[in-house]
Amino acid sequence: MWGIIRQKVGTGGISAPSMERIRPAVSAWRCYSSSGKEMTVRDALNSALDEEMSADPKVYVMGEEVGEYQGAYKITKGLLDKYGPERVVDTPITEAGFAGIGVGSAYYGLRPVIEFMTFNFSMQAIDHIINSAAKSNYMSAGQINVPIVFRGPNGAAAGVGAQHSQCFAAWYASCPGLKVLAPYSSEDARGLLKAAIRDPDPVVFLENELLYGESFPVSAEVLDSSFCLPIGKAKIEREGKDVTITAFSKMVGYALKVINLRSIRPLDRATINASVRKTNRLVTVEEGFAQHGVGAEICTSVIEDSFGYLDAPVERISGADVPTPYAANLERMAFPQIEDIVRAAQRACFRSVPMAAAA
Amino acid sequence: MSLIHRSSSLLKPLAAGPASLLRRPFSSATDDDATKITVETSVPFTGHRIDPPPRTIDTTPKELMTFFVDMARMRRMEIAADSLYKSKLIRGFCHLYDGQEAVAVGMEAAITRKDCIITAYRDHCIFLGRGGTLLEAFAELMGRKAGCSKGKGGSMHFYKKNGGFYGGHGIVGAQVPLGCGLAFAQKYSKEDHVTFALYGDGAANQGQLFEALNMAALWDLPAILVCENNHYGMGTAEWRAAKSPAYYKRGDYVPGLKVDGMDVFAVKQACKFAKEHVLKNGPIILEMDTYRYHGHSMSDPGSTYRTRDEISGVRQERDPIERIRKLILSHDIATEKELKDIEKEVRKEVDEAISQAKESPMPEPSELFTNVYVKDHGVE
Repeated sequence: MWGIIRQKVGTGGISAPSMERIRPAVSAWRCYSSSGKEMTVRDALNSALDEEMSADPKVYVMGEEVGEYQGAYKITKGLLDKYGPERVVDTPITEAGFAGIGVGSAYYGLRPVIEFMTFNFSMQAIDHIINSAAKSNYMSAGQINVPIVFRGPNGAAAGVGAQHSQCFAAWYASCPGLKVLAPYSSEDARGLLKAAIRDPDPVVFLENELLYGESFPVSAEVLDSSFCLPIGKAKIEREGKDVTITAFSKMVGYALKVINLRSIRPLDRATINASVRKTNRLVTVEEGFAQHGVGAEICTSVIEDSFGYLDAPVERISGADVPTPYAANLERMAFPQIEDIVRAAQRACFRSVPMAAAA
Repeated sequence: MSLIHRSSSLLKPLAAGPASLLRRPFSSATDDDATKITVETSVPFTGHRIDPPPRTIDTTPKELMTFFVDMARMRRMEIAADSLYKSKLIRGFCHLYDGQEAVAVGMEAAITRKDCIITAYRDHCIFLGRGGTLLEAFAELMGRKAGCSKGKGGSMHFYKKNGGFYGGHGIVGAQVPLGCGLAFAQKYSKEDHVTFALYGDGAANQGQLFEALNMAALWDLPAILVCENNHYGMGTAEWRAAKSPAYYKRGDYVPGLKVDGMDVFAVKQACKFAKEHVLKNGPIILEMDTYRYHGHSMSDPGSTYRTRDEISGVRQERDPIERIRKLILSHDIATEKELKDIEKEVRKEVDEAISQAKESPMPEPSELFTNVYVKDHGVE
């Protein structure tokens, strides 16, 4: 793969030094200097939960295996011992029931953090997320607000099959009344989860199982218990001049110069458009399905706001339009890989490969 | 607001006051509270895994009169809503509660405003019981600014949080887990208050109800599930929808009580009993045997799946307001004319509220985008 890229570089376009740095997942980003402290995403989420529970007695955690099991993915490890079973509540396997109970408790003024073991299971509870939570403040004209967080792993894991691999970002982000966040790094995880818990509105917090074990440098500021990131602001991970690439969650680690969306709803259209107005080219990257996806929304948004600035059609990289297969080779083909993103960026830059041939 | 005065002016005659509508047979105010009247519920309670409360209840003339006025007001409101819907001033869905007033009034008499009530979409009378005004109700039905949800909710989305009323829900059954959540929060906050989660015989078969009930029982939540069994889930009779229409038994390991929902005293007794029970023992189910005179909604005549004889039969034999009227008359608390005058007064009250509601403007166009989030500014 490396050899192929180097040859293509010779034909012009994307600069050689930047191409060298394409590496899988996260390691590309460890090049910047830091305080020296690193933290896994798992620990980032755990510490954020701990701090927010400590600061506000109304915050509690509810979900399957969150207590005695220490969390299916250990995100809630240690919380039961620290806060007790009244605030770290193990539930039966009844998503509709406990999501509804969570929302009802939020109506009363508590601040629940409801964990879905994966967001695939949230579909059993989606009526409560949308109809009971998202719409209540509006239907009641402000009488009933719902300060709830629904969190858990979203999107593909590895080899878990079709029913356990779907990305729900587009589904939830289409609904007014919800806020939808997708952290990538440990800094994102801490800052966004704290923001979500403090937010008076319902927040869908989309984590990624494969990122839980990844380490990222964290500054002293990030480690402070008051650290919080604003909802609705994307992060420009790496400024580029040739093409704007947007991504969220795990896909951020795959792309080179990328805008890490962080917030799917509200979408930071200002940052995306400002970048496109500089580079004149856009590639959107997501794990989820293309049709009606996050990329489709970003593309339309840019067309609405910055059409005159586009020098090439927007390239949309997404998961394959199939239920996720199990076989390793097919699964790999079902999700964007680095080479897909590179190809798309190249197409956007000099259209050397016809769009129809794209994966 | 004048409407609040009105209810006390209707009751004022029981205390010494000018221009009373009612000439009391008694000479002093205190008599009305001190005079004890013992009534018996129409039928005894039936218990499931629990010893039912006694069917004899003490009441006072004042309480009897309050029940009469409150139910008459609710009845009048719903009948007026029917006309408003037919004149196209109310749009969309409109689910009327006339016939079921005893449940709303009896429940309210047993609890405080710190206890919570949550129900489905047949919510106008519960809203009134929780302290909502006729103006707020009619304005909301007509989509006006003065509505309890500022016109943005509609018939199915009345709320009164400061009165302990959490809506008004359109998705059948969803209110039951939500109600268990309210109870969870009350327990979490270490309060001695309870939540009544109301649902119909149609919703009684919802899976999420059993999910929530299981958790409520596991965690001893102060949740009272109240099945308002009016025997028809939309157009489907209970025996066509439920293998076991004994809804008070459907909680299995959760105790239950079957209650004559057309008897306001039975309802009050059951709710009082239930509140005491759940604060110590976790959830209970109350099945209120009740009846709606209207169809499921204004789009349903209500006579394709039930006979007119059945409807008029219930009206004759079991109407909750008539029962109280008979009690009042038989105990010489008021005369027939006095009761009729009260009903006229109530009708006037309702008509005034409707004309006030009609004066209320529609929401400002800018309201389209408000309340999506708590702080709308800066969000797309």
